[in-house]
Amino acid sequence: MPVTGTGRTSRIIRWIDYRLPFVTQIEHELYEYPTPRNLNYWWNFGSLAGIMLVIMIVSGVVLAMHYTPNAEMAFDSVERIMRDVNYGWLIRYIHMNGASMFFLIVYIHIFRGLYYGSYKYPRELLWMLGVVILLLMMATAFMGYVLPWGQMSFWGATVITNLFSAIPVVGQKIVTLLWGGFTVGNPTLNRFFSLHYLLPFIIVAVVGLHLIALHTHGSNNPLGIDSKGPQDSIPFHPYYTIKDTFGLMVFLIVYSIFVFYMPNALGDAQNYIPANPLQTPPEIVPEWYLLPFYAILRSMTFNVLGIPSKLIGVMLMFSSILVLFVVPWLDTSRVRSATFRPIYKKVYWLLVIDVLALGYVGAHRPEGIMVIIGQLGTFYYFLHFLVLMPLIGKLERPRPLPTSIGAAVLPAGAGAAGGN
Amino acid sequence: MSDVAQSQVSHGDDGETRRDFLTLTATALGVVGAAAAIWPFIDSLNPAADTLALSTTDVDLSPVQVGQRLTVAWQGKPVFIDHRPESEIKAAQDVDWRTLRDPEPDSKRVQKPEWLIVVGVCTHLGCIPLGQKQGDDRGPFGGWFCPCHGSQYDTSARIRGGPAPANLLVPPYKFTSDTKITIG
Repeated sequence: MPVTGTGRTSRIIRWIDYRLPFVTQIEHELYEYPTPRNLNYWWNFGSLAGIMLVIMIVSGVVLAMHYTPNAEMAFDSVERIMRDVNYGWLIRYIHMNGASMFFLIVYIHIFRGLYYGSYKYPRELLWMLGVVILLLMMATAFMGYVLPWGQMSFWGATVITNLFSAIPVVGQKIVTLLWGGFTVGNPTLNRFFSLHYLLPFIIVAVVGLHLIALHTHGSNNPLGIDSKGPQDSIPFHPYYTIKDTFGLMVFLIVYSIFVFYMPNALGDAQNYIPANPLQTPPEIVPEWYLLPFYAILRSMTFNVLGIPSKLIGVMLMFSSILVLFVVPWLDTSRVRSATFRPIYKKVYWLLVIDVLALGYVGAHRPEGIMVIIGQLGTFYYFLHFLVLMPLIGKLERPRPLPTSIGAAVLPAGAGAAGGN
Repeated sequence: MSDVAQSQVSHGDDGETRRDFLTLTATALGVVGAAAAIWPFIDSLNPAADTLALSTTDVDLSPVQVGQRLTVAWQGKPVFIDHRPESEIKAAQDVDWRTLRDPEPDSKRVQKPEWLIVVGVCTHLGCIPLGQKQGDDRGPFGGWFCPCHGSQYDTSARIRGGPAPANLLVPPYKFTSDTKITIG
């Protein structure tokens, strides 16, 4: 530990640390932070998401130095970044594909939490802060997608802001307020740029709270049982720093394949056509990471109890994310890990399939069989959270839990000795 | 010390003190003040004066032939002008409008039956319906068809099928002469 040394550097560090205990804090959270010894690779995605946030902020700050947030010039300024700015193509492709990677990582991170019950006591707030981060990410990604001012930017912005017109009485006023005009236009682009730059730093702040909540009770683990003593945990450094670094290397290979070999595979060709307010593209689809929610939005094709289908669709779409906030209380089972929950485990995979199916529907025109699959998928999504989760927790008989993490994962006899 | 504090606070019959009253009124005034201070920031997001200044558009209708459709920009939005032939007018008038999703008779949507003037923005999620150009898909009701989510409008631009909740909006406009209109 550096603070105990007697060299000049250590003395300077000690001088600072006595007044601003930064180093002590880092040591405490990194070296001494006891982490369950049985974390698997699904636990890599939290730190990966943090690294992705940093990559997005760094590349975004540089892009903002070359970008012009004006409806007349935005598209050309992005093309200038691509063609004339030194390594502009690289930085933009890193940022563009980074958004997709960020969502991929965060979705895996969320489904990890759902499988292993990471939202249960005492980690409810940790989970809810995560949902806040997801909402902020979606808003940030949506506004970032508008900035290149291509056809899909413009019409995506039009469709999404028009969602608010479904609100009774004040809907249209709110939409005009969002636009700063009578359509999506230059004022809209300006404010979206401002917010797109602001929100990531708010995400950083919420991530800070997320980490404080995490470090208060420590990580959950694949067995979902609490750590019962030193034999159940190992220090975060070096054991998990090295595991996270290995995971990062693997992830960077995947990321690089997209950035260097298929940079536009996840985008829409329509967005390389400058925005035209008088011409709607043949089909408006959001980026892939918003497709399941888009499918839920479009699933309502009929009015219910006199409430217009459009309003219900909007409410369902927002509810599909807001329902995550109450998952800690919807799941009535006291067993965290699905490993020990035979029925929930199956239903969990049905939810995964359901969300993937909704994503598939969201990418296709709402015609024929797609409408029906979308409606069934939406129904099942809410059935899972609102009915199956509470019910299975009550009815299911979980398998017996191991007595401790150490006992379960160490060779017989080593658990009591505390490993190495 | 406690004696001084006691003497400064006069207790009312119902146990409420002068201090409670002051706290309440000061908080209430503070909230009002904060709201008043926030309002300029919110209102600054509303359309600015120069945006509002572009709020009317003049259109000369004389070159538009019967059966022709013209698109003009008003407040940045497309306005559909349809010089309706007799068949389109008849189709719009003959339908029993009371059974429609957004019930409105054709006569309330036009000033002169041969000129239908509507904002060309789908009332679902704001796409621009097809039907203005020759060869466009006009949908099963001969009016307009929105490609985004399949809303169908008739020759009075009323919603007849698909997810949109309302008819295409009729903008405020007036005939300044027989062949000229001002929209807005």
